[in-house]
Formats: sequence, structure tokens, C-alpha cells
Amino acid sequence: MRSVIAIYVENKYGVLTRVSGLFMRRGFNIDSLTVGETDDPDFSRITISLNGDESTREQVINQLKKLHNVKRVKLLKTASSVERELMLLKVKNTPDNRSEIMAAAEIYRAKVIDYTTDSMCIEVTGEPTKINAFIDVMKPLGIVEMCRTGVVALERGNSILEK
Amino acid sequence: MQNAQGVPMTGAQIVVETLIEQGVTDVFGYPGGQVLNLYDELYKASDRINHVLTAHEQGAAHAADGYSRVTGKVGVVIATSGPGATNLVTGIATAMLDSIPMVAITGNVPTTLIGRDSFQEIDITGITLPITKHNFFVNDVTELADTIREAFRIAKSGRPGPVLIDIPKDIQTAECEFVKGEAVEPFPQEIAEDSEIDRAVELIGQAERPYIYIGGGAAGRGMTKLIMTLAEKIDAYIGCTFMGLSAFPNSYDRFLGMQGMHGQYASSMANKEADLIIGIGVRFSDRATGNTAKYAKHAKIIQLDTDLSEIGKNVKVDLGLIGSIVSSCERILERCEKREHPEWNATIAGLKKEAKRIQDAAEQKAGGAMTPKKVFDIINEIKDKNTVIATDVGQHQMWAAQYVDFERARRFASSGGLGTMGYGLGAAIGAQIASGDKTVLITGDGSFGMNLNELATAVTYNTPVVIVLFNNGVLGMVRQWQTLFFDKRYSNTVLERKTDFVKLADAFGLPASRAATPEEFKTAFCRAMQHDGPYLIDTLIDMDEFVLPMLPPGGSIEDMITSVD
Repeated sequence: MRSVIAIYVENKYGVLTRVSGLFMRRGFNIDSLTVGETDDPDFSRITISLNGDESTREQVINQLKKLHNVKRVKLLKTASSVERELMLLKVKNTPDNRSEIMAAAEIYRAKVIDYTTDSMCIEVTGEPTKINAFIDVMKPLGIVEMCRTGVVALERGNSILEK
Repeated sequence: MQNAQGVPMTGAQIVVETLIEQGVTDVFGYPGGQVLNLYDELYKASDRINHVLTAHEQGAAHAADGYSRVTGKVGVVIATSGPGATNLVTGIATAMLDSIPMVAITGNVPTTLIGRDSFQEIDITGITLPITKHNFFVNDVTELADTIREAFRIAKSGRPGPVLIDIPKDIQTAECEFVKGEAVEPFPQEIAEDSEIDRAVELIGQAERPYIYIGGGAAGRGMTKLIMTLAEKIDAYIGCTFMGLSAFPNSYDRFLGMQGMHGQYASSMANKEADLIIGIGVRFSDRATGNTAKYAKHAKIIQLDTDLSEIGKNVKVDLGLIGSIVSSCERILERCEKREHPEWNATIAGLKKEAKRIQDAAEQKAGGAMTPKKVFDIINEIKDKNTVIATDVGQHQMWAAQYVDFERARRFASSGGLGTMGYGLGAAIGAQIASGDKTVLITGDGSFGMNLNELATAVTYNTPVVIVLFNNGVLGMVRQWQTLFFDKRYSNTVLERKTDFVKLADAFGLPASRAATPEEFKTAFCRAMQHDGPYLIDTLIDMDEFVLPMLPPGGSIEDMITSVD
């Protein structure tokens, strides 16, 4: 089962290591982890996407809550939150695949952000499932390299990750 | 905190002043290049804070740990950078696994040299990240005092544990204003919901065979009376984990002793027979439960713990009461009704009888020989209620757990979770200095060999630690497993050493005797207990003495081994 957990942390030396280290030593697998400063520069927000059963997920959350620099941890339910991920993808540019790439990019509302005679760089944003689908489309066309940010998420409506 | 009314001080002075402000009277440690300034301030403040110099930083860390176990105070250890800091690692990990409050202070190279692999530079905050509750690297002297205060607060809050503070040398020499503060209070604990307390009371009301199972979280928290009153009201029996030992006097008739891998027959069986298990400050560790898949299948489980991540971590529970265990127990006691379970009383009486039968059979088999049981009978006879028992790790430790008659809380210092061989001597010294009471170290020739250098410390400070060294010439616990599970292939467990421990003691400057019979042991132990200072008794026992009963690893209660031919 895939879960997304939002963590509000003090923006201090070593906090990311503390959080990611916890996953390693408790044997939890992370699918993705993103971190960035919030509107208050003293705090950062980490979003972790992971796979695991309910008891694993609960244990992850409880262990995270014990870290001294962690101020709040919340499980974000898919139904009541919005998730986005950004991917940059470089694909071979040849006369044979060019039009197919452009068409797919258009359908996926992706943007071509770099263009040379040999390659194209494409930016695409969306839920992880959309990103995965786009990768599937691009694979036969010759992916050179790619880079994903990992998922970021916010709850819908007024709910917030309290400060 | 810093303001105009402060007194200008160096970082090193601030460390010492903040320790004193936090109520610290004794610290353990070892000087070195990057803590020279700190040691200079300790020298100047030696009338206000006592520093105990050990032979090795590991011994200092274990001493701080032992100091904490018998007092409940935060133990403090100081070491220099690099190897000084890494030598603390096992001591810090030992404290972490047993939730012992400790503050470890290390020096480091100046901030300008950090990250350059400078002489004796090591990333000790990185190394200790998984074995501390939290750690700090101080890179601004104005934050130093508050960082130390925060470290104390974290160490003693909720589920206690070790905190490390790494202080580069230039922070120790930098100056800023210091304003004296107060000793910090722990963070307030959560309180379980009223509805959950009601649910616990309901489960207790339905139970016919209640069993209270206490661990390190409940030991030494002034809860003994409270739990006894609860047990009497709901007609329950009490067992404990290794870490729960000494919380209850062994003479208390509802107390069945330690359960688990080498636990008492009666408590392990009572745990199995119970229809309600109330776990208080326990983590249902593999050593205490056996195979968790088969553990307490027919019982409801209520778990009380201040650490929310412990609820259901190892064993699925029916009800978790998160937060102050004192508050939860008090409220359960208030609301539950008086219960009587005559059938359960009869079952327990039967278990106690069977336990005695097993014990008697073992003793009869032994005859007049020097058995561990006989050694402990003598120790129990001569020690008083305040005597502290410290141990190393191995067979002797389990025999101590099985046979020592504890009479009051916080009289036991032993490495439970990490199982640190070499823990004992340092811890015994720390425990003795903390309590001022006679301390008996139960150790084995294997464990003792690891950190016996601390004999020098005991002699220097004339610390009255009586060392009962179970000498069987083998690494007994591992050898026991090899006997039972590896067809007696004794790989590297037979110590073909020629160490003469009596001569060794003499070289270190402490008296010693050798005891090969119970009579000799009694004479030696009486003399040792009267001696003002450390004393070693080389106690010869047979290498084929086993720790029984035993639940094989991964086994459950049905697989209990009670005798070996």
C-alpha cells in the first residue's frame, strides 16, 4: 500500500539525515523523499512516499514523531489531498520520433524546455501515475536520462499541517 | 537567554557552570587534546563538581550509565574528540537500548578544521545518530548553555535516553555572556484518554486470569506500591522483563519473577496461561516473549507506555494506553472493581510448586558442589537491602536475574537490551559512587576480560565494589548454545588462558581470594563485604553449569528446557 506522509521539521543542521536515517535503520523503504523550506525559514517540510502495510506505516509515523526536530507528522489520504510530482526527461530527437514525442507531450501537457538536433528535454508535472504513464510512452522512443522530484502533497480544503 | 546581566565566560566555563546548574555533582571521563579547556575549568571547579577519571572512555560511559540506573539522575560522561568519542559508542548504545538518561559531552577539532580529516577529528554526531535520543553539534558559543539544558531535558523526558553534545575546541575558548538558569523539568507527558481507561477497566472486569507484566519503563519510577495495590485489587500476578528486575521485592507473594528466555518457570507459564496481560513499560522484546507469532494467543493484551511507537510494535495489542503510565495505572485502579479469582490463585500455586520441584531436583543433582545457586544463596544471606547488584553479560547475568533477592527498586545495573559484555565493572563503579552503598559486581571470566582495566579506577578511588568473578574457563552462554544447538562443537568458547585473577588483583592493588567451595566463598564474601574498598573473589564453577530454564531462540513456552542431562 502506497502512503504519503508530510513532516514539518525544524530547519536545522542534520534534520534530513535524522529523518532519512530512521527509514534505513528501521528497515522501511522510501519511494521518494522531498524537502524544502516553508514560508517560515525556520521550518522545512518533508514529503515522503512509501510502500508498506498499515502496521509499518503506523510505526513509521510514530518513530518520526519521536525525533526531536520533527514538529508534526501527518498521513495524507489520497482522497483528501492533492499530489504533484515534476519530471525532467531527455529523449533522443530523430526525424523518425520527433512528431510522436511532440504529440505525446501535448497530450500530457508537458513542455519542451530544451531542443537540439539530437535531443529534447521535456518537463512534465502531475500525479505519480501520470508521470509513470508518460515514461512508458517515452521508453520506446529512446529516453537518454531522466530525473523526478518525488511527490509533494497538500491536503485539500482548510486542513493544514499545523505549525 | 544571553542578555546584558550575564557574566562573560568562555565556552568551557559555560559547560561546567551549566552542568552545575543542572544539578550535576559527579561526572565521569577522560581528558584529551580537544577538551583541555574543559578539563582546565573542571580543575578550577573541583570543589563543586567531582570528576572521576576512568581507565578507558568506555568505562566512563558505563559508569555514567550505572550512576543513572541507581539514582534516576542523568549520568554525565566527557571524552575528547576522535578515539575518545568513538570509545563512548558502546556505552551510549547500551544506555539507548535500556532507556537510560545520559548526557555525553565530546570535544572536537576547531570549527575551522572540521571536515578536513584533521588529527583526532571524527563525525561523532553522525556516528551516534542512531544510538542517541538526539545529538547536537555546537557551532555558536551563544547557543551552548541552552543546548546543554535542552540535552538534559531530552535525556530525562518521556522515555529517557542518551544525548550527545559535540563541542569544537574554538567554541570552548570563545566567550559570551552566561546567565545562570534553573534545572530543567522534563517535557509534560501525554495522558491516556478517559474512554481508553474505561476500556481497560472493562477488559479487567472480563478477565479471569489477569497477569501484570512490567518492564524497565515501570521500574524505579516510584510505581511499586501502585502496581501492588492494583494487582491486589484485581487479583492479578506480576511478572517482569529483565529490565523490570528490582522494581518488586522478590519476597512479594504476587511477584513471580522474570519471564522469557531464561525466565522463571512460574512467570513464563503464568504469562502463557493468562487471559489478560497488562504490559506496563515493556516492549515485548523477543527475549521476553519468545516467538511472537505464538505469544499469548488466547489472551487480551493491554499495553501502557509513554512511547507511542512501542504500542503494538512487537506484539499486536488489544488496547494501547499512550502517555504517563503512572496516570494510567492510577486511573485504572480508581475505576476498577475488586475482583477475586480462586481458580487463578490455584493455578499459580501449582506453577510455584512445579518451579520449586524443578529447582529442588537440580540442587539435589548438584549435591555439595559449587553451583551458581549456592553462590547467590550466600550473597542473598549476607547482602542488605541497599546493596547494589551490577553484572556483566552472559550466564552469570542470567543467574543473577534468577537468584538475586532484590528488596528495593534501583538496586540493579545490568545491560539488558544491548547485552554489553564488559559493561559491569565501569557500571558498578558508577553505581557505587552514585549510591554510596556497597556494590556487588557479578561477572564472568569472559566479560571481565573485556574491561578489567577499570580495576585501576576502583583502586584509585577506593570504591567498595565486591567483584564476584564466576570463573569457568569458557564463554559459558555461547558454549551453552553450542552444547544445545550445535552438537557440542565448541568453536572459540574455551578460554585456554592462564590468567591468575588473584595475582592480577594484587598487581592492580586490591585484595582478592579464590573460592572453590561454597564454604570458601562464604568466608571470602564476608571478608569482601567488610573490606573498605574493592575486593575480588575468583569464584570457580563448573563449565557445564547451565542457565535453566531456557526457551530456545525463536521457540515458544511449549519448548521450554528445564533440565539437561
